[in-house]
Amino acid sequence: MVTAAAIEASGLVKTYGTTRAVDGLELTVPRGGVFGLLGPNGAGKTTTIRILATLTRPDAGQASVLGHDVRADPLAVRARISLTGQFATLDASLTGMENLVLQARLLGLSRRAARQRAGELLDAFGLADAGRRAVKAYSGGMRRRLDVAVSIVLAPALLFLDEPTTGLDPRSRSQVWEMVRWLVREGTTVLLTTQYLDEADQLASQIAVIDHGTIIASGTPGELKASVGSGVLRVRLADPGDREKARRILERTFGVAVHPEPDPAALTARLNADAGEGEVGDAAALGMFELSREGIAIGTFALGQPSLDEVFLALTGHNTQESAPKGTVA
Amino acid sequence: MTTTVTALETMTVASQDGVPRPRVFRNSLTMAWRALLKARHEPELVADAIAIPVLFTLLFTYLFGGALSGSTHQYLRFLLPGTLVMTILLITVSAGLSLNNDRNQGALDRFRSMPVWQPALIIGSLIGDLIRYLVAAALVLGLGLVMGYRPAGGAGGVLLAVALILVFGFSVSWIWTSLGLVLRSAQAVSILSFAVQVPLTFASNVFVNPATLPGWLHVFVNVNPVSHLVTAERALMNGTAAVGQVGWVLLASAGLIAVFAPLTMLLYRGRQ
Repeated sequence: MVTAAAIEASGLVKTYGTTRAVDGLELTVPRGGVFGLLGPNGAGKTTTIRILATLTRPDAGQASVLGHDVRADPLAVRARISLTGQFATLDASLTGMENLVLQARLLGLSRRAARQRAGELLDAFGLADAGRRAVKAYSGGMRRRLDVAVSIVLAPALLFLDEPTTGLDPRSRSQVWEMVRWLVREGTTVLLTTQYLDEADQLASQIAVIDHGTIIASGTPGELKASVGSGVLRVRLADPGDREKARRILERTFGVAVHPEPDPAALTARLNADAGEGEVGDAAALGMFELSREGIAIGTFALGQPSLDEVFLALTGHNTQESAPKGTVA
Repeated sequence: MTTTVTALETMTVASQDGVPRPRVFRNSLTMAWRALLKARHEPELVADAIAIPVLFTLLFTYLFGGALSGSTHQYLRFLLPGTLVMTILLITVSAGLSLNNDRNQGALDRFRSMPVWQPALIIGSLIGDLIRYLVAAALVLGLGLVMGYRPAGGAGGVLLAVALILVFGFSVSWIWTSLGLVLRSAQAVSILSFAVQVPLTFASNVFVNPATLPGWLHVFVNVNPVSHLVTAERALMNGTAAVGQVGWVLLASAGLIAVFAPLTMLLYRGRQ
């Protein structure tokens, strides 16, 4: 019986010249579900995945995928994983059908089985009409769907899904998310790398934040957010002229700083980082009560968790859009 | 979007009977199929390689043939084996080009992360190239026949000549697969192949009898491997082949493979 974790890595190091792309990385990914690997460009996501997918040998450390050591038994690893995204592209001059059949034949399916499987996948991914066209004529969304289809010609136990929705329109984006959720229901473990925090939030049950080649935080999306603060209250007043008065009332009520937003009628407050959910809700309700007692009309208000953007900023001191500076890790 | 949902719900995950394993012949043949598909979708790659020799055959035969050999017919007998060599040599770069593209576009990483016999990608490209050589050789020979070329070596001689050039082309391809893994862009591979092959083709016995050349050039032409290949091809097609001429080509081919095939595989595996 196989009980090994999907991925177990410890002390991984990979140096390119003077840059330590991966610097003592520790990572455990359980089987099942989507595991989000989150970090800015240059944080070490790509190198980590290249090592785990047997494309790059680490300079130091251990890594095993589904119980097989990536260095000692790369073939066993390769037989159980699939890569998508920037690591593994489709043949642009071939048709969608040909790309699928090629993959199926390389994985050992007979000519007939390969053709049949390719047809099934084209249908399932809404590409039946495009199957005979060259991939270079596909839209970004179609390409990404075919990319995922090719990587599940034989369902892998572990799928590396690399920035699957970068550059996609919202509709294609939700289609890709739908496919990922479906794959997980069918039993595949997905390692998702992304720069989009809401994508990790939407899909991942576990997240590890990577920066400068090491994991700096991990947990469920909820845990990561809770580590920064319990809730963010956003209030929009009916009359922008009341804002300064409202700000003073709320600061007095909450005992924390209340910030004006770019919207001239809106205010935000990060409520009591140490308090539990319920207390934050109570505090917010009290604040709203105080405002209306003082005769200030409230347009809308919302109490939410902090975004992962805020989490990232709090953890790393820089936001996700900035590249981590290379080669400066102590 | 809704179409995707319903379709996915009825989709099954393919069950795996055991795990896929590398298979030498099957993987290589699949990769050869891929190379041929690419060639079919991008016929301009073969067309480019054939256009030049065809143009030169026509140009040299009708423009200079009379002056060089007394008659266009006589000259064609001399020239056609040479343009055949030129055609094949120009195509030898294509596996290297394709490997370079695969590396730059990420297809190489896909294959390297799959449970396939790793040399299959390269071997497959080269098998695909053999088919291109055959098509190109048939076209050039066909043109020659239309223009009035009648090989004295007969069908047997021509077939042997084509077989010999396939062997040599296959061997030279390994130089380009090595360079395809070293050089940064496909453009660099193309330019280098042109820069090497054009002088080698012109400073050889393809177009003119070396005896008419100045001494220093004569020396170069005589050591130029293209000259040796053309001599052997001419002898086979015109029915005057000697074992030494053919043997030289086979030996050179073996040498090229012995050096550049392991080098290519080393570069392929070493990319990390």
